[in-house]
Amino acid sequence: MIFFWAFVVGGLICVIGQIMFDVFKLTPGHTLSILVVAGAILDGLGLYEPLIDFAGAGATVPITSFGNSLVHGAMQEAEKHGIIGVITGMFEVTSSGISAAIIFGMIGALIFKPKG
Amino acid sequence: MADKKKKNVPPSAQQYQSFQDKREVKRPIVKNCIKAFFVGGFICFIGQLISTFYIHFFNFTEQTVGNPTIATLIFITMLLTGFGVYDRIGQFSGAGSAVPVTGFGNAVISAAIEHRTEGFVLGVGGNMFKLAGSVILFGVFSAFVVALIKTILIQWGGL
Repeated sequence: MIFFWAFVVGGLICVIGQIMFDVFKLTPGHTLSILVVAGAILDGLGLYEPLIDFAGAGATVPITSFGNSLVHGAMQEAEKHGIIGVITGMFEVTSSGISAAIIFGMIGALIFKPKG
Repeated sequence: MADKKKKNVPPSAQQYQSFQDKREVKRPIVKNCIKAFFVGGFICFIGQLISTFYIHFFNFTEQTVGNPTIATLIFITMLLTGFGVYDRIGQFSGAGSAVPVTGFGNAVISAAIEHRTEGFVLGVGGNMFKLAGSVILFGVFSAFVVALIKTILIQWGGL
């Protein structure tokens, strides 16, 4: 059942992005930035965690989860070390997205040749 | 040259503007949304398959499985971007392939591949986050503000 909800919730988040593209005529950069900020705010309100429980990868794969996990890491560390933890814990949870993008970006640049 | 300084657009330009608006191809919003829904949903479905795999074989929990899933998806994105398949998916689906984390990976990786002709330090290193940088900037800054407010409320507001 979680496969079905992952499909539906993930698809709906993409539809929101598509509406921002087409109706509000935003560039992809603006759209993704807004979605990331929305994810961070939703986690601040405590709404993103239940969505992950409900939809699994449907909530963790869209870019909104990036904002969510940034806030999450910051909050985990903040509970231990107080206000300074907000800065030290920022990338605690979300390290994989950025490190994978950098590592595979470099490997891709080494292996593949640009086309066109 | 003088036209640039005028704040009000001359009537001929206004006419042209309205003419242009009339001729602009209307975007098929409903059709695009359906495409985005199915492609985006399919990517999340694959993500869920990978998550289930990691939960069963590598002892991750529902909350921690996001990390290896995202890394695996970005690896797949690298292959698809390198072989030029992701561009075609992107043209077909619009936001359906841009909004999932694979779109973020594609932005980084395609920039890295595209600029390798300018050298590895200035080309790949300097341009890798050209498109994806704004996502990281606004993500980190908004997360900072949100976490700061929440921490202050918890510590001094007694929430």
